[in-house]
Amino acid sequence: MSSVPQDAPEHCPGTNSEDAGKASACAGCPNQQVCASGATKAPDPDLGAVKERLDTIKYKILVLSGKGGVGKSTVSAMLARALALDETKEVGILDIDICGPSQPRVLGAEEEKVHSSGAGWSPVYISENLAVMSIGFLLNSADDAVIWRGPKKNGMIKQFLRDVDWDSLDYLVVDTPPGTSDEHLSIVQYLSASPPVAAVIVTTPQEVALLDVRKEITFCRKVNIPIIGIIENMTTFVCPKCKTETAIFPATTGGGTQLAAESGLPLLGQLPLDPRIARACDHGQNFLTEEPDAPATLGYKEIAKKIIEYCQSLS
Amino acid sequence: MAAVTGPVLQGVGKTILVLSGKGGVGKSTATVQIAATLRGKGYRVGILDVDLCGPSIPRMVGVEGKDVLTTPEGNWVPVYADNEKRLSIISIAFFLDSKTDAVIWRGPKKNAMIKQLLTSVAWDVDYLIVDTPPGTSDEHISVMENIKSAPVMGAVLVTTPQMVAVDDVNRELTFCKRTGINVLGIIENMSGFVCPSCSECSNILATGGGEQLAAKAKVSFLGRVPIDPNLVRCTEEGKNFLDMFAGSPVSEVYHNIIYQLVGENQEEMEVEN
Repeated sequence: MSSVPQDAPEHCPGTNSEDAGKASACAGCPNQQVCASGATKAPDPDLGAVKERLDTIKYKILVLSGKGGVGKSTVSAMLARALALDETKEVGILDIDICGPSQPRVLGAEEEKVHSSGAGWSPVYISENLAVMSIGFLLNSADDAVIWRGPKKNGMIKQFLRDVDWDSLDYLVVDTPPGTSDEHLSIVQYLSASPPVAAVIVTTPQEVALLDVRKEITFCRKVNIPIIGIIENMTTFVCPKCKTETAIFPATTGGGTQLAAESGLPLLGQLPLDPRIARACDHGQNFLTEEPDAPATLGYKEIAKKIIEYCQSLS
Repeated sequence: MAAVTGPVLQGVGKTILVLSGKGGVGKSTATVQIAATLRGKGYRVGILDVDLCGPSIPRMVGVEGKDVLTTPEGNWVPVYADNEKRLSIISIAFFLDSKTDAVIWRGPKKNAMIKQLLTSVAWDVDYLIVDTPPGTSDEHISVMENIKSAPVMGAVLVTTPQMVAVDDVNRELTFCKRTGINVLGIIENMSGFVCPSCSECSNILATGGGEQLAAKAKVSFLGRVPIDPNLVRCTEEGKNFLDMFAGSPVSEVYHNIIYQLVGENQEEMEVEN
């Protein structure tokens, strides 16, 4: 994993790669000599500062999915809320979806701004023991688009990891954008310096989603991030009137169950498609306490329990 | 891959971009339905899938695992999805060894690939529909930068009705304004689900968010597409939904959308000729 400058030539191997200054793409690049000299290969000077900050966080959990719109942000928020039900635990959510931050709305903190102090950026507190940080808090208006290429996004993620003053956490839940690209490589690069780090994979049952999710599992294996398990979201829809269950996104190839089996991972749970969840997320309400008996609430609590067990098994 | 300097989107009549800030709102499904509807009207249509990390188009049109041929000049020949050769596809999925292969690339490599996809395909189509990944980042900036010299009609924005999605699509609108791309309109997807047993319509993801956004941003509202499990099943199995469920509400909405986008259809024009 290397840093490729924003204005680099195509196929730039990255300034701290083994090939820096020596690859065919380097011919003609004004920085070729600097790269070839080895000066750029020294480790990122901020890595130490990031590690120092991250070492105050016990467990880092990445919520990943190759596919968009499967409910990564909803799952991240609900899991964090479920983990925070234990008042003795401190929980944080870091939203690294730079172009489409959803956490401020889902957690009902849209109007909040981030304050900086000598210790760094203070996250926004949703409750006593649940804090969140998102680029959404740094934007001037809801219309603001973050039109950034990779290197700038990576810089932002590094700044989040280095400068946010979490004040020691038990769990940090990281909400990610879809894909297997800049944001993912960067977060893994920084978090790996300060283990334990593990991933939860979110999918919906249909094959079109599984296609992308398989790629995300490949990604985790390539970068050596252990996977706690798979969550299948939007499994069935229960008609609020007649209680008929419909598989709106049918598992034509076996869904999350089959994916878990073929990839040798545990299936942490199957969550129903419940219109009340979409509504609660739009209004930033805590679904877990608003609808304590809903099947989805029970599902989330069960999944949180499995994640806690996983984390405890590490220590 | 050598540096690419060829002309952009040669052999393409008009280009429509399908965008959305949010993932999973149905960009790829909308792309396929727009393409299939245009094809049904007699046009030759191409789909360019620039979602490099999560290509879905080949599966949805039933051409998964096909290989791309190369012309003697070194250009890629798009994969035909029908016998009449009126629907052709290019996607990075055709270049991957297996469907679990992940494209783990940072920006510059993705940009180089997109440039090549825009310049090295031997298209022969009236309309090219470009399916994009979610966001406003490398892929989008690269497409916009490189597409300027090509005949682009504009962008269709897809959203789902809930506010969390509308937030992101609102950002995509800002992106379109900043990059000077014409917005053709907004489609509100997954708006309402009719229970097959009691016909009760549930607004699973709320309703009206797309229409409100269109009104607020003063762009056309192209239509509201309901959730239809048949459509999901067809995209899963790569079948042509439009042929199988011609009379469904979803097909009607798409006919109406295409009417708003391109006006008179070709068959009628041919009659006049």
